[in-house]
Amino acid sequence: MSELRERIRETIEREPVIAFIKGTHQQAYCGNSERAMQALRGVGAPFAAVDVLPDPAIRQELSALSNWPTIPQVFVGGELIGGADIVQELAASGELEAKLDEKLGDEWRNGGEERTVALSERENPLRIVP
Amino acid sequence: MTGPIENLLRQAFPDARELAVLDRTGGGDHFQVTVVSPRFNGLSLVEQHRLVYAALEGPMADGTIHELRITTRGET
Repeated sequence: MSELRERIRETIEREPVIAFIKGTHQQAYCGNSERAMQALRGVGAPFAAVDVLPDPAIRQELSALSNWPTIPQVFVGGELIGGADIVQELAASGELEAKLDEKLGDEWRNGGEERTVALSERENPLRIVP
Repeated sequence: MTGPIENLLRQAFPDARELAVLDRTGGGDHFQVTVVSPRFNGLSLVEQHRLVYAALEGPMADGTIHELRITTRGET
């Protein structure tokens, strides 16, 4: 597994709700990324966003990892929930909240801040700590 | 230009009860596809959409499809 893919995997596992989008949580550069975030906001789920635009390799490695070809991609508790269409559909039917409860317990209901995060940094094994 | 996409979907889902392709913007590269098929029964939405993406892998890869919106349903 490539190092980048491993960092993506770690980030997905670290964040209870994470959306890989084009842009940031404040400014999406794609209607579908915006739709996915609006669906999460609609149920009051705080989420972390990762911007895939700065490096095309992020999208490539993410899709290889998730077996999902498009952006956005939303994960809850480490599991791919879907892209914009599915997240919107689940939000409308109430299943998104059920999925959040199932994967995260009710802790997500306590709220939290939306934010855009960087991928996990891997520790450089060759770094010499003084 | 919805014909080629519809053909690919018909090949992938020959038993589809409902199959529709809509050129969402009129620009010929933003599509909404709807597929209702017994093949989706018992599959999660993620698995259902993966089957649609797989059927349209060619036009997705070569840029014919710039954006794809998907609605799928199993048959009850």
